[in-house]
Amino acid sequence: MSDAPLLEVDDLRVEFTTDDGIVTAVDGISFTVEDHEVLGVVGESGSGKTVTALAILGLLPKKTTVTGSAKWRGRELIGLGDKELQPLRGEEIAIVFQDALASFNPVFTIGSQIGEAIEVHHEIASKDRDERVVELLDLVGIPNPRQRADQYPHEFSGGMRQRAMIAMALANDPALLIADEPTTALDVTLQAQVLEVLERIQARTRSSIMLITHDLGVVAGIADRIAVMYAGRHIETGPVDQIFYEPRHPYTLGLLASLPRLDRKTHGQKLYRITGQPPSLIERPPGCTFHPRCEFARLPEPCATVVPALEEVDPSHRAACHFSEGLVGLTPERLREGQRA
Amino acid sequence: MTPLEPRGPVIAEGSPLGSLVTLPGAGGEVSETVTVHRSQWELFRRRFMRHRMALISIGVLVLLFVLCFGADIFAPYEATRTGVPQDLLLGPVGPSGAHWFGTDELGRDVLSRILYAGQISLKIGLAVALLSTLVGTVVGAVAGYMGRAVDQGLMRLTDLFLIVPQIAILAIALRVFGYKDITVILVLAGVFWMYEARVVRGQILSLKEKEFIEAARASGASSTRIVVKHLLPNVIGPIMVNATLSVALAIITESTLSFLGFGVQPPKTSWGNMLSNAAGYVGTPRAYLLYFPGLAILLTVLAVNYLGDGLRDAFDPQSSH
Amino acid sequence: MLTYVARRVLYSIPVLLVASFLLFVFVRATFDPTVKLRASRDPQAVQRERERLGLDKPVPEQFVKWLGDFVQGDFGHSERTRESVSTMIVRALGYTVQLIFWGVVVSAIIAIAIGVYSASRQYSKLDYTFTGLAFLGLAMPPFWFGLLAMQLLSSGPKQWFGLSEPIFPTIGLHSPGESGINLDYLRHLVLPVMTLTVQIIASWSRYQRASMLDVMSSDYIRTARAKGVPQRRVVFKHGLRNALIPLVTVMSLDIGAVFGGLIITEKIFSVPGMGRLFFDSLLYGDIITLEAWFVVSALFIILFNLIADVLYGVLDPRVRLA
Repeated sequence: MSDAPLLEVDDLRVEFTTDDGIVTAVDGISFTVEDHEVLGVVGESGSGKTVTALAILGLLPKKTTVTGSAKWRGRELIGLGDKELQPLRGEEIAIVFQDALASFNPVFTIGSQIGEAIEVHHEIASKDRDERVVELLDLVGIPNPRQRADQYPHEFSGGMRQRAMIAMALANDPALLIADEPTTALDVTLQAQVLEVLERIQARTRSSIMLITHDLGVVAGIADRIAVMYAGRHIETGPVDQIFYEPRHPYTLGLLASLPRLDRKTHGQKLYRITGQPPSLIERPPGCTFHPRCEFARLPEPCATVVPALEEVDPSHRAACHFSEGLVGLTPERLREGQRA
Repeated sequence: MTPLEPRGPVIAEGSPLGSLVTLPGAGGEVSETVTVHRSQWELFRRRFMRHRMALISIGVLVLLFVLCFGADIFAPYEATRTGVPQDLLLGPVGPSGAHWFGTDELGRDVLSRILYAGQISLKIGLAVALLSTLVGTVVGAVAGYMGRAVDQGLMRLTDLFLIVPQIAILAIALRVFGYKDITVILVLAGVFWMYEARVVRGQILSLKEKEFIEAARASGASSTRIVVKHLLPNVIGPIMVNATLSVALAIITESTLSFLGFGVQPPKTSWGNMLSNAAGYVGTPRAYLLYFPGLAILLTVLAVNYLGDGLRDAFDPQSSH
Repeated sequence: MLTYVARRVLYSIPVLLVASFLLFVFVRATFDPTVKLRASRDPQAVQRERERLGLDKPVPEQFVKWLGDFVQGDFGHSERTRESVSTMIVRALGYTVQLIFWGVVVSAIIAIAIGVYSASRQYSKLDYTFTGLAFLGLAMPPFWFGLLAMQLLSSGPKQWFGLSEPIFPTIGLHSPGESGINLDYLRHLVLPVMTLTVQIIASWSRYQRASMLDVMSSDYIRTARAKGVPQRRVVFKHGLRNALIPLVTVMSLDIGAVFGGLIITEKIFSVPGMGRLFFDSLLYGDIITLEAWFVVSALFIILFNLIADVLYGVLDPRVRLA
């Protein structure tokens, strides 16, 4: 194994052509995922999180334009065809999709679909394969795994399906597990259970996880590092503690302020709301894409004219804001009080 | 559902100022709302204008109508009481400069006959579509909105028609009622309205649970008002598409019945009974009689179908596979 | 699965009963077989004929009697040929079943192949070609297509190349003295099956293409690709299997139309099947045969729908296990 990081993404850009113009879903992002690391990718829907994941594995529609670089253990993935990517998909990088009901094929049993994930990568006797499937279902905490394997997706409950989805992703012990909103479709109690499964597995297999979510709360307990995305760009990246306790971008701060907290008394405080709508990805606002919604924006100069670079604000902590220095010491509570006033 | 492929914009309902254009994106991620000031009609028109075949089809259909209904002016040979002048001495000759499509066994100019026959075929097609759409829309709307007995009746009736070969019923009905063009129209419309009704019913059923209908109901609008003002305008697309396609279906069905001997009878001429007549000449030197009336049907139906396709795409961009 | 099939069978019985009653009434109301006796000098002739046919009784009573005979296999005797109607129908069905079998098999295979190809190579030259051909096929009256095929593929080549016999014969399903499945049979089948299937193939291939495109853009296809399943297997295992489900529904809805198409096909190619039987009986006003014809056709179509339902259950576990 070389010294190169597990996954190194550099200036990745994804564009779709639609009737109304070109949609830039991912606008030049760079990041790395190291061995055994859990990276949380956080952002509103439409910020390009899922598209990033799909682009890495070449799963976007053919008409999509993907440029930039994504290196897997030093090997370039962007531009590779289905044939070259197939050995990688599900074997080294596996994805857990958001909507497990839609993501399982309705006409095949859960067991056969998990079995297929093994089969396409390994020569394996059908008896061993079936044993492995049962073992995997057991691993993610599905009771009666032997009977369950012969059932169809619609016979599973939502939480069970999501676990089965995780089991399928784990089938070949991938080095990187991309979990795309694995808990979004679930009830709060089930969310916790599924997260617990992920944590347990990470502790056991030491595989890297890229956990994609719109909910900062989800990544809090499990991620090592966090990348916050807005309108196709990373606007803040850093270790989980620094993101939570010393956010240096107004958007991150806003997300934190809008998070309900059970551990602190909020005295019936209203939750913070980031006002406005996410920007159009066809005609993005000039300068900082967040400026139309930013409480701290100085207009027009520089926020509406100059795109802020993602710059180091602390060792390994980066933020893309012209005034990231000015946010030092500002807490989410202060932001909430500001909005109430 | 998360389509993997970026498709055209979707019109969101009920925004008076400017419609919301939503871009359904890849993996459900690029969902993005952009407010664009564009009326529904303009969107419809823009999408329709992009459908090249539909535009050509309109041209073709206009031309066909003008030529057929202006046959007195355009037909190369004059009409007599029986339709087109006969030249028994000439007899059948193949296509030539004097007779582009040749002449039939009675020496009648085929091109002229096709134009006059077109009047009947087109008239039947249009009348059947109009009549069946009217009846079908009313029955479908009542069935879909009121439900219960009317709905059950409609569904069971159409179930029955699905297990009987339709052409057999039509043939019997025509044999009984006679082969005048008005009976052909009534008999065809008598079956076709059921398709329209099923389409309208289905659309109304799905629309009736939508919030804006709930809102209208809550604000005390009468049932009739809700159906006429709120529901029907929203199903106008499928209704029009179906009406268009039933013109085509009626023309084909009429010609088929004529071919079997149950359609418009001589001396009246439709494209179908020209073909019925020509069927006897397969394998003879007069096989050319087979080509031109069939091409007339093909061209008309093709144009009508493309028009319907264009309308469907314009009304519902999602369906444009 | 068994209960599912049983439920479908039970549902079809009342439908069939109601349908046969209505058809019976329809036929009895539209034809009066005594018309030709009106001119008879014997004033009792019409009355005697009515009594002989049981027409003097109320229609429901006529129906019950007819139904009783029908379920025992006694369909009455044809007014036209004086033959037993059941014998005539069995003979005709022999031909018709062959045409329907080949028609449905050929249509399904070609339509699925075109649909899958067009969906996986969307907007390719061949996809556009298939789309254009489908529009042509749908716009063409099938009988005209049959006549053209006869002229251009059978009579035409025979004259142009001076053949002693046409490559594709246009009469019946066998040459005189031939029988069984052989080259002669296949040559006879080509044109009728083409005529019967042209519209069906056009319509089903469009349907299969749309349904395949729809399926291929669904999440589970993305999942299959994401776990490293090769593209061919994604298309044929995950895609096709799901895309066949709606096609089965369409096939079962269209079988009535296929049956109707027989009337045209059998007339053009002189096949003495059900279509031909209907045509001849209708021209003669043979109500006994027509009644039996309608009910047997409806039975046949319902049977086909039942097969489609079972197939649907086999393909879709959500239906099977519901």
